[in-house]
Amino acid sequence: MGRYVIRRLLQMIPVFFGATLLIFLMVNVMGDPVAGLCGDRQCDPATAAQLKKEFGLDKPVWQQYLTYMGNVFTGDFGTAFNGQEVTELMANAFPVTIRLTLVAILFEIVIGISLGVLTGLKRGRPVDTTVLLLTLVVISVPTFVTGLLVQLLLGVKWKWIDPSVSSAATFDELIVPGLVLASVSLAYVTRLTRTSIAENKRADYVRTAVAKGLPRRRVITRHLLRNSLIPVVTFIGTDVGALMGGAIVTERIFNIHGVGYQLYQGILRQNTQTVVGFVTVLVLVFLVANLLVDLLYAVLDPRIRYA
Amino acid sequence: MRGATHAKWAALATAVALAATACGGGDSGGGGGADGVVSSSWGDPQNPLEPANTNEVQGGKVLSMIFRGLKQYDPKTGEAKDMLAEKIETTDSTNFTITVKDGWTFSNGEKVTAKSFVDAWNYGAHLKNNQKNAYFFGQIEGYDQVHPEKGDPTAETMSGLKVTGDRTFTVKLTQKFSTWPVTLGYAAFAPLPQSFFSDRAGWLSKPVGNGPYTIDSYSKGSQMVLKKWDAYPGTDKAQNGGVTLKVYTDNNTAYTDLIAGNLDLVDDVPAAQLKNVEADLGDRYINVPAGIIQTLSFPFYDPNWNKPNQAKLRQGLSRAIDRNQITETIFQKTRTPAVDWTSPVLGEDGGFKDVCGDLCTYDPAEAKKLVAEGGGIPGGTMRISYNADTGSHKEWVDAVCNSINRALGNDRACVGNPVGTFADYRNQVTTQKLTGPFRAGWQMDYPLIQNFLQPLYYTNASSNDGKWTNPEFDKLVNQANAEADTAKAVGIFQQAEEVLRDDMGAIPLWYQNGSAGYSERVSNVTLNPFSVPVYDQIKVN
Repeated sequence: MGRYVIRRLLQMIPVFFGATLLIFLMVNVMGDPVAGLCGDRQCDPATAAQLKKEFGLDKPVWQQYLTYMGNVFTGDFGTAFNGQEVTELMANAFPVTIRLTLVAILFEIVIGISLGVLTGLKRGRPVDTTVLLLTLVVISVPTFVTGLLVQLLLGVKWKWIDPSVSSAATFDELIVPGLVLASVSLAYVTRLTRTSIAENKRADYVRTAVAKGLPRRRVITRHLLRNSLIPVVTFIGTDVGALMGGAIVTERIFNIHGVGYQLYQGILRQNTQTVVGFVTVLVLVFLVANLLVDLLYAVLDPRIRYA
Repeated sequence: MRGATHAKWAALATAVALAATACGGGDSGGGGGADGVVSSSWGDPQNPLEPANTNEVQGGKVLSMIFRGLKQYDPKTGEAKDMLAEKIETTDSTNFTITVKDGWTFSNGEKVTAKSFVDAWNYGAHLKNNQKNAYFFGQIEGYDQVHPEKGDPTAETMSGLKVTGDRTFTVKLTQKFSTWPVTLGYAAFAPLPQSFFSDRAGWLSKPVGNGPYTIDSYSKGSQMVLKKWDAYPGTDKAQNGGVTLKVYTDNNTAYTDLIAGNLDLVDDVPAAQLKNVEADLGDRYINVPAGIIQTLSFPFYDPNWNKPNQAKLRQGLSRAIDRNQITETIFQKTRTPAVDWTSPVLGEDGGFKDVCGDLCTYDPAEAKKLVAEGGGIPGGTMRISYNADTGSHKEWVDAVCNSINRALGNDRACVGNPVGTFADYRNQVTTQKLTGPFRAGWQMDYPLIQNFLQPLYYTNASSNDGKWTNPEFDKLVNQANAEADTAKAVGIFQQAEEVLRDDMGAIPLWYQNGSAGYSERVSNVTLNPFSVPVYDQIKVN
């Protein structure tokens, strides 16, 4: 097990460098960021040159990348164009996004798995058909439609919530945005769990457990669910990364100053430092989440062993 | 039915969750009257909040509250009135003697003196400080030593600025510029306290100025709380207790918050909501001209677009654009069809006049004829470039192309050419990569006809992106700048504008309005000619 973890951690190193290099090159391909700083007029050449020098943009790309990586390992992610340290931006944005992701994941687990178990056990019954139909609707409606609709109904028409999240972004403010963010994944989790449960319901070990006279609840939670969760855990694990980086739409609708918003603004302003910094951290999150998922397999299914 | 209990629990959990959020509702602002606090939408300023480094509206909002300069533009007429200036005297339009009024202080108690101005201007002009508005000081003698086009600066301060007393200083310009004092209302010319120079980082985290408001707290990227400064010495004291600027990720969200009653003022009504705005807000919606004009520029650096007879082609294209229809259907009248190259906010005395006439009027038959006489569109198809990330540029460019195609009876005469980001777009413009017409926008720095013409169309001027050049135009601009009599100067500028018209150096499209919506809590909301809300006059009911 220990050796497996170490091997996986070592594998992360090339992935990490490859991913950051790709991002670095992609942002650079977009062209000269200084041109956008002066509005609809031309920056005067001397100031532009001075700014480029300051941000290190006058050097060749490979040199910029090496300097940048060197700085990253000392904890210096550079400075955004508005003079703020990228680490400061991260310190503001990541806690918010992590809270949002937690809320979303919680919804996925609680509602998604419950509905999945329910429909899996009642396959073909009206409950099953209704939920399946509902998930289909949720999957096919884009997030921005759900988000704007929920905001309009709950926020403006019925006044149950504030339409926008304050800059503190506390957990209770994030419940509705979290639900919107989770909605599509939630539907997938329901469907995955349902299929898995329905399949395993007829497995020999379930019949044995029932024959032993175990209570129904125990059969479902200890035997059936545990085995059926493997594909669901894989999905949720990869979803952590996707939710953190891909919340741009939800974050814009509900005015959440998180990672998605910072990335969006970074891309618009072609701010290499911000974009690469945030993506680097997101790459790390992805890698760690995937490792955790693989380790969870062994917990869920004792037949899986890592050496 | 054990399974059903799960569903019940899930439903219950959702209900609890929704109920919990309902309790999280905010309370907006304190009481009403003179102590009431106005909450207003904001965007994260693109640059550090230094006066000479702020060139967009979001940072401009803050500067308009915490700084007062020598001159202040009247929010209604745009006229430059003396603020901190007691008098600005000149005999030759080159040497100016400025006297600062007595009794002004920064909000930290420091006196505003001649030195506060001179130090600030020298800071703004110096190359090593990376100030994006440094070119504002370009007319002052010695600018080329502190801000050379190439190489390192050879001086620390501009030789044209001299402190001659506690409250007086002299300015020497490199050439005659009779209306130069009018430019002094721009934020770049604001005075700075000594604390700025001794601890810049500290100052930036909580800027200190001499305006009617002081900054109470500033959390970068999310919000700024400004309080009324009770000891403010000026006559334009704040009519409310303070302003809270909240950063919104999207102007649609800000608008929704306004409708829901959580926000008092939105100064950027999203294009998608313009259709509903009258129904939502009624008379709490303002739509007034601002000093912004949008034009279509041509790549005169490209030989295909710089042939002798092509003035007719450009005039034809101008006549092929149905400005009325586009401003009504796409912009819901938040743009006004252009009739010259300046802006209505200048007023007739300032030089606003229907110079373009017929050439800006839609006439498809005439357009077709003129384009043919002008040799037709180079290459048969022209691509209008624009940045697709902000504004509704795609919509209007497509509409302009449609209008041109219909007029010319050719489906392929004109197509849009979107560029992904503004930065990339500006980059292609300034490196002269574009081989067709491109959109151009100009927001005035100060309400002078000079500002709409010289930076944009003078040979090799800073924002002459299309590289249009005309010796006659340059001669008239020089002549106008040297003219001491303002009315006469304006007349000569209009003559220059006629030269520009005859060659159609750029096609004027429309003037952009400033738009804003406000809640029932506040009144007396206006926008100044720079489309920045006049915060100090807002009253809380």
